[in-house]
Amino acid sequence: MTAISTGGLTKRFRGGQLAVDHIDLDVPHGCVYGFLGPNGSGKTTTIRMLLGLAFPTSGRATLLDVPMPGGASQVLHRVGSLVEGPAFYPYLNGEDNLARMDAADRTADPRTAGRRIGAALDRVGLLPAAKKRYRNYSLGMKQRLAIAAGLLRPRELIILDEPTNGLDPQGTREVRTLIRQIAADGTTVFVSSHLLAEVEQICSHVGVMRTGRLVFQGPLAELRRSAAARVTVRTADPEAAAKVLAALGLADALAGSHEASAVLGDAEPEPVCAELVRAGIGVRGFTVDAPSLEDLFVGLTGEGFDVDG
Amino acid sequence: MSTADLPAPGPAPGAAPGPVPAERAEAVLPGVKPRPVWSYLRFFRSELRLIFLRRRNLLLLAVTAAFPLLIGIALRLAAPRPGNGGNGPGVAFFNSLAGNGVFLTFIALSSLLILVLPIVVSVVAGDSVAGEAGYGTLRYLLAVPAGRTRLLSVKLLAIAAWGLCATFVVSAVALVVGAILFPVGPVTLLSGVTVPLAEGLLRLLFVTLYVAAAMAALGAVGLAISTLTEHAIGAIAAVMVLVVASEVVDQVPQLAAIGPYLPTHWWLSFDSVLRAPVDTYGLLHGLLSFGVYLVLAGSFAWARFTSADVTS
Ligand SMILES: Nc1ncnc2c1ncn2[C@@H]1O[C@H](COP(=O)(O)OP(=O)(O)OP(=O)(O)O)[C@@H](O)[C@H]1O
Ligand SMILES: [Mg+2]
Repeated sequence: MTAISTGGLTKRFRGGQLAVDHIDLDVPHGCVYGFLGPNGSGKTTTIRMLLGLAFPTSGRATLLDVPMPGGASQVLHRVGSLVEGPAFYPYLNGEDNLARMDAADRTADPRTAGRRIGAALDRVGLLPAAKKRYRNYSLGMKQRLAIAAGLLRPRELIILDEPTNGLDPQGTREVRTLIRQIAADGTTVFVSSHLLAEVEQICSHVGVMRTGRLVFQGPLAELRRSAAARVTVRTADPEAAAKVLAALGLADALAGSHEASAVLGDAEPEPVCAELVRAGIGVRGFTVDAPSLEDLFVGLTGEGFDVDG
Repeated sequence: MSTADLPAPGPAPGAAPGPVPAERAEAVLPGVKPRPVWSYLRFFRSELRLIFLRRRNLLLLAVTAAFPLLIGIALRLAAPRPGNGGNGPGVAFFNSLAGNGVFLTFIALSSLLILVLPIVVSVVAGDSVAGEAGYGTLRYLLAVPAGRTRLLSVKLLAIAAWGLCATFVVSAVALVVGAILFPVGPVTLLSGVTVPLAEGLLRLLFVTLYVAAAMAALGAVGLAISTLTEHAIGAIAAVMVLVVASEVVDQVPQLAAIGPYLPTHWWLSFDSVLRAPVDTYGLLHGLLSFGVYLVLAGSFAWARFTSADVTS
C-alpha cells in the first residue's frame, strides 16, 4: 500500500516547457515525505497533477492506490491539500470560508460541519479570528487557514505545498509541530519545500527535484549515509599526495593548488595519514570532513536558480 | 523502500496486515452515507449564499430595483395623454400606462432589458468561474473534490437563479410602484381587448419568466466565457460587449439575415403576450433561441472546464 505512486509522470506545458520529466515517486503509507527542490523545479506542477488539477502529458499517478485524475471523486476527500499558497474568498470570514469548502464536499456530513470547522480552526490556533474577514488576515493566518481546510475531516494523506512559505521562524516551528501531530495520528504527510533544513527534522523520507527530474528518493537515513567523508591533505606537493591517496585505493583523488583530497570511504584516517608521511609527503594539515546534509542537497539540486525556458 | 524501514512516525510495521482500507478508513472517515441529492443542494445553497450575500451583488440588485421606481415617478410626472399616436411596443406601453399601472412592469422590463439586466447577469456569470480562478479558490474546490461537472452545473443553476431573482425584483417593484402611482383595473391589451386583472397578472408572470429565460441563456454564455480566463473583470466586460454588439448588429438592416441568430434578437418578443390572440411565433422562436444558446454555451463550458489544467 502506497500513499502516492507515480510512473514516468511527465508534464510539458504548452509552449514546450518540460516542467516535470518522467518522475517515479514512491511515498510509503505512514511516512512524512519531504519533496524538495529549488524554485521552478516542478514541485507544484507535480502536486497539481497528483490532485487532478493539471493533466499529465504522459505517465501515471495513483493516490492511496486510486488512479488519478480518473479517481478524483473517490479519493480526494481522503486527502487534504495546500497547493501553491492559501487561497480563499477575501470577503468571507475564516469560518465561512471553511464552511464553503465543506459544502462543496459531497461526502461531508452537514450535521457535523459546525463542530468540524471549529475543531479545525482550533487546531491551527485561529479560533479567535474565526469571524474576521480573510482579507484582513496576516500571511501567517492565511497559511494556517489553508492548513485548517486540509484538516476539516480526518484524512489519510495530507499534501502540503510549501506550508511555511512566508512564515516567521516561530510560525515555521508551529507548522512543523502541527505536521508532527498530524503524522502521529497515522496520516501520511507529503510536504514540499525548497529548504532541506526546514523539513529535515520531521521527514522520514525525501525526494529531491532538479529541473523537473527526481534526482534522489529514499529514506532520509539513506541520504545521510551517502554523505561520504573526504580526507583533505594540505601540502606543498599536492600531486604526489593525490597519487599516494589513489594508491591507497581511495576514490576520487584530486590535486588542488595547496591540497589533495579523496573520498575516505570505509578506510580509517590514521593509516592514511601514516602512509602519506611514510611516502615522504610533507603534511601541513590533515582533515576529515563529512559534508552536511545541506551541502549534499545543494550538490543534488545545484547552486542558484534553475530557471530555463 | 517499504514501510518496514520507517523511523518513528506511522503505524508499526505489521500492525496493519494487508490493505488497510476497510476497517481503518471506516475509523478515520466517519461513514456518511453518500446522499448525492442533499449534498448537491447543500453545495447549491452555498453557491447562492456566495452570490446573494456578496455586497457588490446586493448593491447591483438595489440599483436595479431603483430603476422601476424612477421610471414610474418620471412617467407619472410627465404622463403622456392616452392616444398620443406613434407606434412600436415602447410607445404603446407608455400610452397604456396612463390607463393601467400594470403596464409599468412591461415598460420597466423592456427598458432594463437593453442594458441593466444584462449587466446584472453578466457580472455574476462572468465572475462565476474566472473569479474563483482569480482568487485561487478554484483549485481548492476541485481538490475538495467538488467535481468539475458538478461545480459547473451548480454555477449555471445559481446564475439562472440570480437572473430569475433580478427579473422578479424588477417586475415586483414595478408592479407595486405602478399600483401606487397609476390606476389599476382590468387590463386593456395592446390589441385593444380588455381582460380581467387576474389574467393580466398571469400574462405578466409569463413575461417575467420569458425574460428570466433570456437571462439564463445569457448567463450560460457568460459562464462559458468565464471558463476561458482567470480575470473576472475581463470575462464580465466580454459578456457586456457581446450583448451591446449583438444589439447593434441587430439594428443594421443590411445584416437582417443574421438577426434571428443573435443572442439578443428575441429578447423583446414578449410584447406579443400583451396582444390577443397571442402571436406565438416570436415567443416560441425566442424560447428556442434561448434553449439553443443554453445548450451550446453549456456544452462549450463543460468541454473546456473538464479538460483544462487549473494553473491559477
Ligand atoms: N502554467 C504554466 N505554463 C507554463 N509553464 C509553467 C506553468 N506553470 C509552471 N510552469 C513552469 O514549470 C516549471 C516548474 O514550476 P513549478 O511551479 O512546478 O515549480 P516549483 O518547484 O513549485 O517552484 P517554487 O519553489 O518556486 O514554487 C517552472 O519553470 C515554471 O515556469
Ligand atoms: Mg511551487
